[in-house]
Amino acid sequence: MLKKFRYQIAIFLSVIGPGLITANVDNDSGGIFTYSQAGAKYGYLPLWTLIPITLLLIVTQEMCSRMGAVTGKGLSDLIREEFGLRTTFFMMIALVLVNFTNVISEFAGIASSLELFHISRYISVPICAVGVWLLVVRGNYRSVEKIFLVACCLYVTYIISALLLKPDWKEAAIYSVKPILMFDTDYISMLIAMVGTSIAPWMQFYLQSAIVEKGITAKEYVQSRVEVIVGCILTDVVAFFIIVSCATAIWAHGPKDINDASEAAVALKPFGQYAYLLFSAGLFNASFFAACILPLSTVFTVCEGLGFESGVDKRFHEAPEFYWLYTLLVGIGAAVILWPNFPLIKMILASQVLNGVLLPFVLIYMVILINKKDLMKEWTNSAAYNGIAWISVAIMIGLTLALAAITVKQMMPQAKAMPGSTSAAVAKMQSVPKVQSVPKMQSVPKMQSYDSERHAFKTDIHESRIAHLIRQAIGIGKFAD
Amino acid sequence: MADDFLFLTELLGLKIYDLKGRRLGLVKDAAIVPLIHPSRVDRFLVGGGWAWLTIRHDQIRSISLDGIYLKDEQLTPYHSDEYMLRLVRDLLDQQIIDGQGRKVVRVTDVTFRIQQESDGQSINILDIDIGLRSVLRRLAQGAVPPRWIRRVQTLIPPRSIRWEHCSIIEADPQRRLRLNISNKILERMHPADLADIVEDLSPDDREAIFETIDSEVAADTLSEMEPDVQASILESLETEKAAEIVEEMSPHEAADALAELEEQTSEDILEEMEGEPKAEVEELLEYKENSAGGLMNTEYVALPEDTTVAGAMEALKVHEEVLESLNTLFLVDASDQLKAAIPLARLFTAAGATPLKDLAPETLIHVDVEERQDRITELFDKYNLLTLPVIDAEGKLAGVITADEIISLLRDK
Repeated sequence: MLKKFRYQIAIFLSVIGPGLITANVDNDSGGIFTYSQAGAKYGYLPLWTLIPITLLLIVTQEMCSRMGAVTGKGLSDLIREEFGLRTTFFMMIALVLVNFTNVISEFAGIASSLELFHISRYISVPICAVGVWLLVVRGNYRSVEKIFLVACCLYVTYIISALLLKPDWKEAAIYSVKPILMFDTDYISMLIAMVGTSIAPWMQFYLQSAIVEKGITAKEYVQSRVEVIVGCILTDVVAFFIIVSCATAIWAHGPKDINDASEAAVALKPFGQYAYLLFSAGLFNASFFAACILPLSTVFTVCEGLGFESGVDKRFHEAPEFYWLYTLLVGIGAAVILWPNFPLIKMILASQVLNGVLLPFVLIYMVILINKKDLMKEWTNSAAYNGIAWISVAIMIGLTLALAAITVKQMMPQAKAMPGSTSAAVAKMQSVPKVQSVPKMQSVPKMQSYDSERHAFKTDIHESRIAHLIRQAIGIGKFAD
Repeated sequence: MADDFLFLTELLGLKIYDLKGRRLGLVKDAAIVPLIHPSRVDRFLVGGGWAWLTIRHDQIRSISLDGIYLKDEQLTPYHSDEYMLRLVRDLLDQQIIDGQGRKVVRVTDVTFRIQQESDGQSINILDIDIGLRSVLRRLAQGAVPPRWIRRVQTLIPPRSIRWEHCSIIEADPQRRLRLNISNKILERMHPADLADIVEDLSPDDREAIFETIDSEVAADTLSEMEPDVQASILESLETEKAAEIVEEMSPHEAADALAELEEQTSEDILEEMEGEPKAEVEELLEYKENSAGGLMNTEYVALPEDTTVAGAMEALKVHEEVLESLNTLFLVDASDQLKAAIPLARLFTAAGATPLKDLAPETLIHVDVEERQDRITELFDKYNLLTLPVIDAEGKLAGVITADEIISLLRDK
C-alpha cells in the first residue's frame, strides 16, 4: 500500500513542469500590470473575478493537457492533420505576430523592472536577450525546465511583499467571493482585460507540447491533471496577492491609474523597502521567465505545424527555420525596446485585435479535436463537460472579441473626429510612449493627480482612451521616459 | 506540356473529360492499393455532389495539367475500401518515416511521374515533398494557376524523399497488413536511429511499430531509449510481446527497463519470460538502482585461474555474442572468487602457452555490489577504467560495469 502510494508520488513528481510553468508564465509582465492596475484603481473589488478566471483557465488547460497526453501530439500537429496546411499556416502567422508583441512587452518589463534597480535598459535588455538566447539554445530541455521551475517558485516574492504590507485581510476575503458589478465602462473593461490576459493562444500550444515533450501518456494523465489544476490555482493565488498589494498600498490612499507595473512597485516604496524590492524583483523574474518561454514556444509551435525540423538538440544547419525564427523573435523583440520611435502602440493595438481573432479559432478547434473519437478514444469530453467547455469557450471568445472591439472602436472616432489630421495623430502616436499627449476625447477617464520622480503628470491631463485600454490589455506601460 | 510529373496539389481539382470531351467532375482524392502496386495510383475519386465515383487507372487515356481524358466511361460509385491508401485522407499532412534521412517528417505534397502505358497513361508516386517549396504549392493551390506556381517555385530549392524510402505510420495492425506496410525500412536502420524516430511518434504509433517489428530489432531499439519511454512502451504492449522483447535485451538493460515499470506489470512480464535471461534479470532486479549492482551487467567472460592465452582464445570463440564490446577477461578460482582482470589486448602480444595470470596488472580494482554510484564514477576517472568488476558479499564475481554505462550516467546528470 505504502509502496503504491510512493509510486503515485513518484509519478506526480515526474509529471511536474508543464502545467506549473504554463500557468506561471501567464502571470507575465502584462498580467502583473493588469492585476496591479486593477488593485490600484478598484482596490479589493475585482478580487471576485479570480475564481471564475481560475475555472475558465482550468477548463481550457485541462483539455489541452488531455489531448497532449492521449494523442502524444502537439496542438499545431493535430490542427495540421485535421484541418490542413492552409488553416495551420494562417494560424501560425497570426500566432507569430501576437506572440512577437508579447515578447516585446516582456522585454519592456525587463527594462522597467531593472531600471528600478538603476540599471539602464541599454545594458539590461541586450544582456537579457543574449541570456535568453543562450539559455535555450545551449541548454538542454531537462535542465532548462528545472530553471523554469525555480522561476515559478520565485513568484512567492509577490506573496511575501503583500504580507509585508499588512493588508485588510477581512476585506480581501469578503470581496474574493462577493461579485461586484458596476456599470462603469472602465470597470467593465478592466474585468475584460483581467480575463483577457489570463487565457492566451500560445498557452494552449505550449502546454500541449510540453506535456508531449515530457512523455506524459494517458496513464499518468490523472497526476498530470492535478498538476495542471494546481498550476492554474497558484497563478491566481499570485494574482490575488498582487491585487491585494496594490489595493493596500495605492488604492487605500486614493484610487488611481497606474501606467506600468514598475510604477506599482514604486508606489509600494513608502510602505517598506522590502515590499518594493520584492515586487520589483518579482516583475523582473516574471518578465525574464516569459521572455524565455514565449519565443521558444512560438517557434516550436510553428515548426511543428508547418513540418520544419525543430528542437534545441538539433544543429543550426539541421533546423535552420527553427533557429532563424527564434533568433529573430528574441533579437527584434529586444531591439524594439531600445528603438526610440518604434510605433509600439499601433503594433500592440493590431496585435490585440489579431489575438481576438486567433483565440476563438484555437479554442473552437480544441473542442472539435477533443471530441474526435478516433483521436481521443475513450478520453473525449463527456456531454456535460462539453457543455461546460463550450460555455467557457463562448465566454472567452465573447470577452476577447469585446476587448478587441473596444480597442478598434476607440481607435475609429479619433480618426473621424479629426479629419485631415489622421496622419498627424498617428505621428503623435508613434512618438508615444508619452501617451498622455494624444488628443482629448469624449468620456475619457479622469486621471488622478499624480506626482512621482518618474512620472510627472499633472492634474486634469487626460489619458487617451485607446492608450489606456491598450495598456490595460497588454501591460506595456509608459516605460520610455 | 513536356513535363512528365504532376503534384498532388495539381491533381486535386483536375477536370475529368469523357470520350466526347464533356466534363464529368473534378478529382477529389486518389488512392493507391499497395497490395497490387506499391506506387501506381490505382483509383481516382471523382466528385460532384454527394456521391463520389471511382476511376480505375486503366480507364485513363491521358493525364496532364489540362485534365484527365478517359477512354472508358464505365465508372463505379466509390466505396470505402480498407485496402486503399487514400492520398489526401491518409497521407497528406500526416507523419511518415523518412528511412534515409532517419527522421519523422510531415507530408506536404506528393510528386507523381506520368507514365506511358500501352494505350493510356498512369501516374506513379515518385516523391514525398516536405520543404518550403511544397508549402508554397499548398498555399497557392486553387488560388494561382498551376503553371504559374511551377514557374515561381523554382526559386526555392526542393526537399523531397523518394517514395521507396518512406514508411507509412499506421497504428491499426489489421490495416497495416491490408496496406502491405512492411517494416523492412525500419529494421534496416541503426537501432539508435530507430529509437530517435520512435521517440518522436505518438504512443499509439510507437506501440504499432513495436508490435510488428522483429523482436530482436525491437530489443536493440528499446535499449537505446530513455528509461521512462522504455517503460511506457513496454506497458502499452501485450505482455507476451513485451516478454519476448525483454528476453532479447541484455539482462542488465532488461532489468533497468523493468525497474521503471509498476511492480505488477514487471512481474507479469517476468512471468512470461523463460530460461536463463529470466533468472539473470530477476537477480539484477534485486539490486538498488544507484548501486554498483544496479549499474552492472552480466555480460562478462570469466575463466579458470590456470587458463593459458591459447585456452582463452579458444574460450572466446564460444562467447561470440559478447565479443563486440569485450575488453577485459576475468580469472576466477574454483569457488568463483575474483582473482585477476586481464586487458584483452595483452593476449595478442603474448605467446600461446603463457598463463593468463602472468599478464595481469599489479592492482586489481573492483567494487562491492553495494557501492555508491558517485564513488564508482570516481574510480573510472581515477584509474581510466573501461570495465570494472563487481563482487558480491562472498567475494564472487557478480558482474561488470562498463564505461558506456558511466557515460550515460554522467550525461543524464
